[in-house]
Amino acid sequence: MYKSVSLSVFLHLAFVLLTVLTLPFVKKEPITAQQLIAIDIIQISEKTQLPFAPKAREIIEKIKKEKKKERVVTKQAPPKIIPKEKPDTVPLPDQLKLKKKEEKKKKQNPKEVKELIRQSSEFEKKELFDPNKIAALIDKSKEETADIKKKQSLELTQNQDSSVTLNKGITLSQQDAIKAQIYKCWNIPLGLPFDQNLLVRIKLKLKEDGSILSSEVLDHRRMNQPGQAYYKVLAESALRAVKLCDPLKMPTTGYDKWKDLQLNFDAKEMLRG
Amino acid sequence: MKKLCLIFISILFLNHSAFAVVKIDITRGNLEPLPTAISKFYIDKPSKFSPELKALELDKKISEVISNNLKRSGLFSIIDQESYIQSPRIAHAKPTFQDWALIKAQIMVSGKLVIDEKKRLRVEFRLWDVVNAKEIEGLALFATPNSWRRIAHIISDKIYERMTGELGYFDTRIIYVAESGPKDQRIKKLAIMDQDGANNKYLTLGNELVLTPRFNPASQMVTYMSYFKNLPRVYLLNIETGMQELVGDFPGMTFAPRFSPDGKKIIMSFAKDGNSDIYSMDIKSRVVEQLTSHPSIDTSPSYSSDGSQITFNSDRSGAQQIYVMKSDGSKVKRISFGQGLYGTPVWSPRGDLIAFTKIYRGKFYIGVMRSDGTGERLLTENYYQEAPSWSPNGRVLIFYRESRTKKSKTGFSTSSSLWSIDLTGYNERKIKTLTDASDPAWSGLLSK
Repeated sequence: MYKSVSLSVFLHLAFVLLTVLTLPFVKKEPITAQQLIAIDIIQISEKTQLPFAPKAREIIEKIKKEKKKERVVTKQAPPKIIPKEKPDTVPLPDQLKLKKKEEKKKKQNPKEVKELIRQSSEFEKKELFDPNKIAALIDKSKEETADIKKKQSLELTQNQDSSVTLNKGITLSQQDAIKAQIYKCWNIPLGLPFDQNLLVRIKLKLKEDGSILSSEVLDHRRMNQPGQAYYKVLAESALRAVKLCDPLKMPTTGYDKWKDLQLNFDAKEMLRG
Repeated sequence: MKKLCLIFISILFLNHSAFAVVKIDITRGNLEPLPTAISKFYIDKPSKFSPELKALELDKKISEVISNNLKRSGLFSIIDQESYIQSPRIAHAKPTFQDWALIKAQIMVSGKLVIDEKKRLRVEFRLWDVVNAKEIEGLALFATPNSWRRIAHIISDKIYERMTGELGYFDTRIIYVAESGPKDQRIKKLAIMDQDGANNKYLTLGNELVLTPRFNPASQMVTYMSYFKNLPRVYLLNIETGMQELVGDFPGMTFAPRFSPDGKKIIMSFAKDGNSDIYSMDIKSRVVEQLTSHPSIDTSPSYSSDGSQITFNSDRSGAQQIYVMKSDGSKVKRISFGQGLYGTPVWSPRGDLIAFTKIYRGKFYIGVMRSDGTGERLLTENYYQEAPSWSPNGRVLIFYRESRTKKSKTGFSTSSSLWSIDLTGYNERKIKTLTDASDPAWSGLLSK
C-alpha cells in the first residue's frame, strides 16, 4: 500500500513538472523592467536648416561634383548626333572674334564659372538669410533631396530602371531601344522641306520574335493625292526603314503590350538642322 | 443591375487601356545620302545599227552620266559598279533584290537600249526600291543616238523627282562668260554648256566685251550686256538662230538685264549723268516703263517667281542694300539690315528666298534670305565671289569665284571659275570649264 501511494505521488509530481516545463501558457514570462528614454524638449529655432559641419560639407560638395560629372548613358540610348563639320551659316569675322572673346573671358574669370560654390556660400551667409523665405528654404531642401534620389536612381542599370513605365504598356527604356534601332535604318530624304506638315504614321503588327507581320501607312490615301509628292517620298523612306530594321529587337516579355506598334516619322527637326 | 453594368464597363475600359497601341515618335535618322546602285544599261535586240551603238559605248556612258548627276546633287551615294553581282540584263528584267541588298543598295536603276531599223534609239529605264522589293518608276524615251546625253539627264531628273519629291535640274544648260588671255587684254566670250560642263559652245567671237548673260525662262533667248559704240548696252540673242539685236534706244548706258518669269519683259538698269534707275521693257511692243526714280544708284533688278514683285539693290540709304518693290515700282521696302554691303539679289524660282552677294570686311559671301529680309544665311565665304543664279528647282546656286594663283612682279594673278552650292551649304562643287569662267546663269528645264 505504502509502495503504491508513493509511486502514485511520484508519477503525479512528474506529470505536473512536465506540464509546467513544456506547455507555454503555464510558463510565466519573466518580468522585465521598462527602459526609460530621455527626451529633451527644445524650442524650434527660426532657422531650420543648420549648416553641415565644415568637413562634412566639403565631402558632400565633392561627391555632388563627381556625380554631376558622371553621365549615365543607357545601353540602348539613341545614337549621338555627330555635329556637322560646317555650320549652317558661314560666320562673319566679327562673330568669330566675339566667340574668341567669350572663350577668353571664361578663362580669365573663374569666379563666374563656379556657380556651385556661390550657392553653398549663399547657404552659409547669415546676411542672405531672410526669415520671410523659410518656406522657400524648405522647398529648396526638398528639391535637393529629390535631386540626390534621382541621381541615385540614374546609377541603376537599365534592367533595374524598367520600373519607369508609361501607361501605354512598355517602359521608356524599351521605347528608346526601339527608337535607336529605327534611327539607324532610316535614311531621311534630304531634299524635303522642313516647313510642311509631313508626319507619316506607320502601324506595325509584330510577331513574338520581333519580326514584322505587317506594316501599313495609316494615311495611305495621301500618298497618291496630287501635290503630296513630299509626303509620298517620306512615307516610302519610312517603309524602307521599317523593312531594314526587320526583325526588331523587342522585350522578351509582355508580347501583348507591344504586338501592335505605331511609329510616327517626323523629319522636321533633322531637316531644320 | 446598375452595379453590374458599371463593373462590366470598367472592365472593358481597363482592357482597352492595357492593350492600347504603343506610339513611338521617330524624329531622328540617318542624314547620309541614299545608297544607290546604277547598273550598266544593256543593248537589246541586235539590229544592223547595234554594232554602231556598241562602238559608241552608250550602254556604259548613259549610266555614267546618271551616276555623276545624282552624285553631284549630294543626295545620293552611288555604289561602285564593280561590286554588283547581277548582270544588267537580269537586273532590268527581274532583279534578285537580295543581291542588291547585300551591297547595301536601297534603290537600284537598270536600263536597256534598243536601236531600230530607222536608227531611232529607245532607252528604257526602271527604278527599283530594293528594300521593299518593287518597281517604283519605269519609262521609255526615244531620240537619235546623238542625244544620248539629254536622255541620261532626263532619266536623272526622273529619279531625282521620284526620290525627293521636287523637280530635277539636270536637263538644263548654263550660259557664262568664258575668259582667256592676260588681265589687261582679256578676251570675254559668251559660252553655253550642259549643267555638268559637257557640250561647251561659244556663242560670240570675243571681239566685244560681254557681261551678265541671262536666260529667258520661257524660250531659247538670252539677254546680256555688251558694248556698242563704246557704251555698254543690253542685247538679245536667239541661241537657236544666232540672231542678235540691241534692246531699246536709250541715250545712256543700259546694263544688268534679266527676263520676267513669263519671258515677255526685260528688266534692266539705265544710267545717265551718274544716276541709274530701273526700267522694264515689253519685248514685243518695245514699250519702256520707268520703275524707280531716285537720285541714288538702283541696279541688279530681279522679278519674283510670280512676277508680282521685284528685288534690286540700291545705295539710297547711304550703303548698298537690298530692296523689294511691287512690279509697277510702288511700295519700295528695304529688306537687308545686316552688317556690310549687299548686292546682286536674285529671287528663287520657288519664290521663298532671295540669293545675294554680301561684302563685309574685304570678304565676299554668297547667302540667302527670305523675301521679307528675315532668316539671312551665309552659305559660302571667299576672297572674291559673286553673281549667284538659281537652278530651276530653287535648290542649288551657281556663282563664280576668283582665286589667287601665282605671285608675280605685278602682284597676284587670278583665275575665275564656276562653283555650285546647295541650300544646305554643305555640297559645294567646282564646275569644270575649258577656260576661266564668270557670270553664270542657269536655264530652265529643257524638257518641261
